[in-house]
Amino acid sequence: MKPTPKQRIWMYESMLKSRLFDDALFEAYWEGKKPVFHMGKGPLPGEMHQSFGQEPTAVGVCAHLGPDDAVGAGHRPHHVAIARGVNLKRMAAEVFGKKTGLSGGRGGHMHLYDNNVNFFCSGIIAEGMGPGAGIALARKMQKKPGIAVAYNGDGAVNQGAFHEVMNMAALWKLPFVCVIEDNNYAVSVTTKESTVVPAWKRAAGYDCPGEYVKGNDPDLIFEAAARAVQHAREGKGPSILEIETERLHGHFIGDSAGYRSKDEVAGQKDPIPVYRKRLLDEKALTAADMETLEANVKEEVDAALKFARDSEYPAPTEALDRVYA
Amino acid sequence: MAQEAPSTGGSSRTLTMARAGREAVIAEMRKDPNIFVIGEDVAKLGGVFGTTVGMAAEFGAERVIDTPISETGFIGIATGAAMAGMRPIVEIAFVDFIGVCFNQIFNFAAKTHYMSGGQFKVPLTMMIGYGGGYNDAAQHSQCLIGTLAHVPGIRIVTPADAYDAKGLMHTCLRDDNLTIWMVHKAIWGLGWLGTAIKTAMATVPEEEYAIPFGQARIWREGTDVTLVGYGITVHHSLQAAEKLAAEGISAEVLDLRTIVPMDRDAIMKSVAKTGRLVVADEDYMNCGVTAEVLATIAERNPKILKAPAVRVANPDIPVPFSRPMENFALPDADKIVAAAKATLKAS
Repeated sequence: MKPTPKQRIWMYESMLKSRLFDDALFEAYWEGKKPVFHMGKGPLPGEMHQSFGQEPTAVGVCAHLGPDDAVGAGHRPHHVAIARGVNLKRMAAEVFGKKTGLSGGRGGHMHLYDNNVNFFCSGIIAEGMGPGAGIALARKMQKKPGIAVAYNGDGAVNQGAFHEVMNMAALWKLPFVCVIEDNNYAVSVTTKESTVVPAWKRAAGYDCPGEYVKGNDPDLIFEAAARAVQHAREGKGPSILEIETERLHGHFIGDSAGYRSKDEVAGQKDPIPVYRKRLLDEKALTAADMETLEANVKEEVDAALKFARDSEYPAPTEALDRVYA
Repeated sequence: MAQEAPSTGGSSRTLTMARAGREAVIAEMRKDPNIFVIGEDVAKLGGVFGTTVGMAAEFGAERVIDTPISETGFIGIATGAAMAGMRPIVEIAFVDFIGVCFNQIFNFAAKTHYMSGGQFKVPLTMMIGYGGGYNDAAQHSQCLIGTLAHVPGIRIVTPADAYDAKGLMHTCLRDDNLTIWMVHKAIWGLGWLGTAIKTAMATVPEEEYAIPFGQARIWREGTDVTLVGYGITVHHSLQAAEKLAAEGISAEVLDLRTIVPMDRDAIMKSVAKTGRLVVADEDYMNCGVTAEVLATIAERNPKILKAPAVRVANPDIPVPFSRPMENFALPDADKIVAAAKATLKAS
């Protein structure tokens, strides 16, 4: 199943939104952190794991999802959250720690939750596997439509949770898709250094489909994701969709990634300009339409950042709320 | 099927804690199709401690789910199911096993409501057995209640008899948070763990009732010294109170009943009356429940103590296997008696 022109335009738009969002955060992140870097200073304190280069993995999968579906992301969630349709203004405000944020500033950028689109995060590697499969179990038990997708990095496949949950999801035929974003790095350790058998091949061990998508290409990811999502929707159980992607920056802002060679970095390709050119070359949209689309996305991102900056901080004692329901 | 101590029938039924807890679970499951039980050996076996006996027959394999030995996996799955509208009950037979799944509990299940700003609720109840006294050694005899109580976002109940086991189970199952119903194995009601402590069996009404979180229970009133405990140490304290009474000492026995939240007012009220305090706990002493009880008095009004308080708890050692060494590590009535006398002598 190939994406329609409309779906391709949506994929480009969502990738661009994620990119411009990350660009804006990157700029804001350094405010108050120069000349001496202190992670806790400035309007954007804390660790910041950005999605530069990984945008295709989000759009190629989320293009297939509807309101009944659920998505869990990891510590690098911006592209997935945006492709899932998380409220951008409230997401920006959350990252800035504002009262108007998705969680009123209690979560931050690694813990984005939006119940309106069944989206959650976890900052602990592979920790979203269980909750993702659990939402799938709930859909099945309640005889409701909808599947769950859990995003994990290539480093997550060596956590016990990955194996335990894949085994149970397969055993109980849960409507679940495990997405592995293979950016080749778990912080500084490459997949070659950490993993004997890649996740998609391990699918054989759970008697479920496993597929590897090369090229960090939204169109190819879309096609592979269609198969995984259909498999889940038909009640056939889980699958593992492993996607080759690129981490164009360090693990977090401030990580200069000195463990990567100059040649390797020079060889990295930014997927967004590639896709933009393809859409224009194949006349998926006109140059004028592209210009309008890009202006609109920029406006939306700017508005989200402005909303975040203009919002109030929570009162300190609001920290005491929401510990218990 | 797990072998149980017999329960007597009739209108004034005396039940074991396992049966009383099960009665609450079954009653709630009949009313709410979103409640299901998941864990190791909960279906065919009926739970290692017999709490889920017969449930698979009534509710089917879809609602009473035997799992692989994958605690991280099924606690994560239960948490996700709870976020999506189900109300899972997870059994971890031995609290010691939370070591392999603690991340999923304290980093996700306990924090999701908070980190999501209240958008996602996690109405998940865990049934957990704890405690030693039957020579099962350091990896099957721990309490770890202080460890769990240290983490925000979890409610912990520790009933000491069948009446409280049922009422607190109803409360847990109706709550929208991560709740842990913890029972000491020696009083749970199994023949093979000893049923010496008959006081844990109790008359249990057939109708439903809920015991609120954070309400301590006075088992015995007294005027000379307050003995604070929970779970099995309530029974040790009751035995100690009998022995003390024979020597003319009037001891009050206070059962914390729920560890989180803790009924601090009840502690203050009792100690204000008696002026002396012994806290008994089978858990490790360091930074544990006993310390929390003492801190309550130190913060609110240390002047109510006429003498230094005494703690009877595990002396911060792994629970040893060999009988004389294990008995050395465990609290018992005689140790509580000695502690009570020490505080009486100190003034």
